[in-house]
Order: sequence, then C-alpha cells, then structure tokens
Amino acid sequence: MAIDMELEAVLRAPEVYQAPYPPKVITLANGKRLVVREVSRRDVPVLLEGVRPALTIERDYYDIVGVRLYAELLGWYRYRVRNEYCIIGQIDGMLVGIVNGRMMNEDIGISLHTLAIDRGLRIGAHLFAAKMEHHIEYLGQKEVWITAESPIGFRRWMIEYGLEKQTDYQHELGGATSYRLTRELYFAAKPRLVVGDRPVPKELLDVATRAIIVADEDTITQKICGLKGR
Amino acid sequence: MRDVAIIGAGMIPFGRRDEDSLMDMLAYASLNALDDAGLGDKSVDAVYVANMGAGILQHQTAIASALVDRLSLFPAAADMVENGPASGASAIKNGLLAVASGYYDAVLVAGGEKMREVTGWRATDFVATLTHPLAEYIYGVTLPGMAGMFTQLYMEKYGVTREQLVQVATKNQKMGALNPYAHVEMVITREGILDSPHAIVNNPPVAEPLHLYDACPVSDGAAAVVLCPLDMVKNAKKRPILIAGFGQATDTHALQEREDPTDLKAVTLAAKQAFAMAKVEPGDIDVAELHDAFTILEIAESEHVGFFKKGEGGKAAAAGKTQLGGQIPINVSGGLKARGHPVGATGVAQVVEIVWQLRHEVSKERQVKNAKTGLTINFGGFGNNVLAFVLRRVDQ
Repeated sequence: MAIDMELEAVLRAPEVYQAPYPPKVITLANGKRLVVREVSRRDVPVLLEGVRPALTIERDYYDIVGVRLYAELLGWYRYRVRNEYCIIGQIDGMLVGIVNGRMMNEDIGISLHTLAIDRGLRIGAHLFAAKMEHHIEYLGQKEVWITAESPIGFRRWMIEYGLEKQTDYQHELGGATSYRLTRELYFAAKPRLVVGDRPVPKELLDVATRAIIVADEDTITQKICGLKGR
Repeated sequence: MRDVAIIGAGMIPFGRRDEDSLMDMLAYASLNALDDAGLGDKSVDAVYVANMGAGILQHQTAIASALVDRLSLFPAAADMVENGPASGASAIKNGLLAVASGYYDAVLVAGGEKMREVTGWRATDFVATLTHPLAEYIYGVTLPGMAGMFTQLYMEKYGVTREQLVQVATKNQKMGALNPYAHVEMVITREGILDSPHAIVNNPPVAEPLHLYDACPVSDGAAAVVLCPLDMVKNAKKRPILIAGFGQATDTHALQEREDPTDLKAVTLAAKQAFAMAKVEPGDIDVAELHDAFTILEIAESEHVGFFKKGEGGKAAAAGKTQLGGQIPINVSGGLKARGHPVGATGVAQVVEIVWQLRHEVSKERQVKNAKTGLTINFGGFGNNVLAFVLRRVDQ
C-alpha cells in the first residue's frame, strides 16, 4: 500500500515514551512455561493471523473481543491509535494469548482487550495481570480504566481485583459500565493474582522471540471452543 | 427376586454442549445404550430418567414422559427420579427393583443434566438447593463451602494433606485426558498446581483448604443403561454385567446434626449392604468409581467403603495405591473431577464406566487388567443419601 508520508505526518498522532515491559515466565497448571513479553508494531501482521479465527466465534463473546482487538492492533500498526502497547503469551513459541492497552495520558491507562487462545490454563488471567503490572509498575500510572464485554471478563477483572465502579467517566470502548484499578487495589491484589519470574531463561526467550508461531484456524477455533467443542 | 443384568450401556461425551438440549443429550445417550443392548426395534417396558434440575435450569418438568415421546418408546411406563446428585443411581435402583420383582423385563435408565447454560454462580446456587433450607442454605452455604469445611475437619482429624489432595487431582485428570467421554482432558502437574509460586493463580483457593483443581467442573452430559433379567439374556450382543449387589442409606439433612461430620455413615452402610448382597468383601473389588465431586471425597469414601482404614486413604492415594495398576484403581474414568459432574447423569455414568471396564472395552491405557468386579458410590446431598452398586462380569 502506497503511503504519503507528508500526509501521514498530519494523520499520525504524536506518542509519548512508554517504558518497556520486561518479559517474564510463568509455570502453568500443566507444567508448561508461558513466556509473557511485549511485542512491537512490526509483529502485528502475525498477531492478526492469530486473532482472525475469533472474529466469528460467538462463544463467550470471542467475536466482539476478536473484532475489536483486531481493529485496535491494526490501528496501532497503521499509527491510528495513540500510545498503544501489546503483550503476548507464548508456549514453545506458539501464540496462546494477547492483551493490549494504551496510555490515555501519563496518569491514566486504558485496558483494551484480553484474548486467550489456549483455554483452561488461566492464560487470560495471567496476561491480564501482566497488563495491569505494566500500567502500574512499569508505566508508573496512577490508575487503569477497565470494562468487560464478557461474563468471564467481568468475573476475572471486576470481581477478582475488586475494581471500583466509576460513574464519572466513560471507558473509551463504549457505554458499558466502567471500572478503575487504582495503585492501592493493584498492590492489594498482586500477591494472589500477579506472578512470574524474571529474567526469562535465555533458551526460553530465544524460542519466543525467534518467531511467533500461530496455529491454523481450525486449531485455534478448537482451542477457543474446547476439544470437540467442549 | 430375579437377578438383573445390564445388557446395554451408552454415554455421550460430557462437557459444555451448547448445541444440545437436555432432551437431545438424554436421547443420544439412550440410543447408544439401546444400540449397545442390541434391542433393534424392540421397545422397553419402562423408562426411568434421572435428573436433578430441569425444573429450575430449563424450566422443564416431566422429563421422562418427554424422553419416551422423543424416542417413540410408547407405551412404556415412564418416571423421573430426582434424588439430588444421587439421582442417577436412584434411577438405576428403581429400574433394578422393577426388573428383579418380575414386573418389567426390559428397562431403560437414563440420566442427564444440562448445567452450562447458566452462569457458574447460578449453577452453584442450584446445587446448593439440596442443602437444608433453614439450617444451611439461608446462611449462604454452597457445596464447595461445605466440602471446604469437611476437608478442614478431615485434615485435623486424620492428617490428610494438600499434597494428598493434589495427588488425587493429578491422577484423575491424567485418566480423564485418556477418556474420550471426559469433560476435562488436560493433564495437570503437581508443580503447576502446588509447588510453583505461580500456583496461587493457576490453582486459587475456592473454599479453603480446597482449591480450584480440587473441585469437579460444572458439566452437561447424559448416560444410560438397559436392564433385563439375567436369565432372559440369550445371545446377547455384549457380555451381560450382573448387578450383584446394591445398597442405599441416608443420614441427617444438615451436616451439623451429625455426631461426627467426618463420619460418612451412609457411605459405609450403603457399601456394606451392596457387599453383603453380592457376597464380596472390599478386597474383592477390582475397580471403583467413587463420587469425587471434591478430591477429599475420593479419599474419605475410599476409607468408608473399606478399601483403607480411616486416616489411611490419603496416604494410599499418595502412595499410588489408587491409580491404575495399584491396589484398587479408583476413578480410572477421571471421576467426577475430570469426566465431569452433570448431576443427574453422574450415577449412571459411573455404572456405564464399570460396565465397560468389566467387559474390558475401554482403551488399554485405562483398562484395569482382568477386572471382574466393580463398585460405584453415588453420593447425594452431602452424604445424606448414598447408593452403592457392586457389578460383576458374567462369564459366558
């Protein structure tokens, strides 16, 4: 696609510096190692391949989460979303989950979406925790605004973190009820919800960074809907 | 009284079956059992259907009549049996008595439940309706909560440890991963759910000291068996399995009214009755399906039926005595823990698993070698209504 850089200079929003999110590794219930790491804009095309199968899966609202995440990642790739970041989870290089968010300003973070491809291992919970960790501990923000589009999300974020309902501001994802995670709430929840070891052993990180492997569409659909649709 | 055999057994894979209604699931499992029995176009005299919650969860009642209509089994007699999570075994008992008495010659027993169309907390509340309405339910007691308190007492009295509970969980999920009918087909490791500091997120507390992987999943599913008099089984398509013994006992509705809440008297009594009728001892059992809605229950029941002395069940599990190839393989199906627990289906599914084990039909990774006699324990309420069956392979 031809790009007019003169016009792009007008269209592209200026971005602030975002501190990097250092990778970590988590041992899952099945004993496998989940590498959690921040990815760059360059990685978006391959991530979109991983999100695409979710676009038509109604189960547990994967369709709306998938469609919106797809658009957000594409918007980031095309420089149409300001201050976005993306963190992924990989097992042996395989993409198993994606979370993203952005800095609304220096103090306030916006949690966008959490998509777990491999289910039943609390990968979504681990990745959401990583996102909150990034906002509070690495970006140094005062609070994160969060909304939920699925009952699972509501249970995981609003209830497990004891989030504060906010009626004064609307989350940018729309008119759904908005909640906030404050630093106080984060650090209260951290001992039971935020885990991971750093640094990631070199051999694990090498496998993760060498390539983001994306399963084929049928496999992703099966992973999201469960084996044999269960 | 006539000896009664199981001549057909069928199931559908348990799990989250969004595409199927309760009646679909009951029909599929029933057809599998009827096909297995080789009845062809012949109908049955009666149908007993086990279900706990269709009236609440699906706003549907008269399930047995609906199943007869769905399968065109007219004019078979039809009854629904509701006995909480022990509904399945209760329905089989009713079928057994009807055939043993000589009143019916061919009986279909099906059990099913569709629990995943409501949220987890509504499903938990639905199951909690089996507790005492004034002494327990109104105080917010749930089954996980009750099991948590029971586990704490059991740990204090008998020294059961978290490590022993984890051993049960990993064993049953390993077997579930080998069972094509299991809801949860995922192997878990002790490191991932206990030893690793990350286990706090992987395996969070549900009702201390019980954690996520100590509890069975909420499942959809159905299972069915066909019963007939043993002496009428001629040229059976499959080897008949004799219901050699059964027992049923009750205990107080409210757990707090028991002299010792850790003493599951109804389990002991039901098992004793079944053993006596079958003329066997606990040591004669080759394979058992126990009601492990929570890991602690597998340990406690293994003691109460007499496989191990009180206080020894946890140690036996940790020593591998209850795994495939051990002294008494327990829940080689994955149990409720991994196969799943669609409450009305569970008691029937336990019997189906034992039938398949005694016919030596399951995959070799799960088959108990030379299994001839099996036991099931279906645990209703919190041990206030328990049924036991001893099944025996009939040599032809």
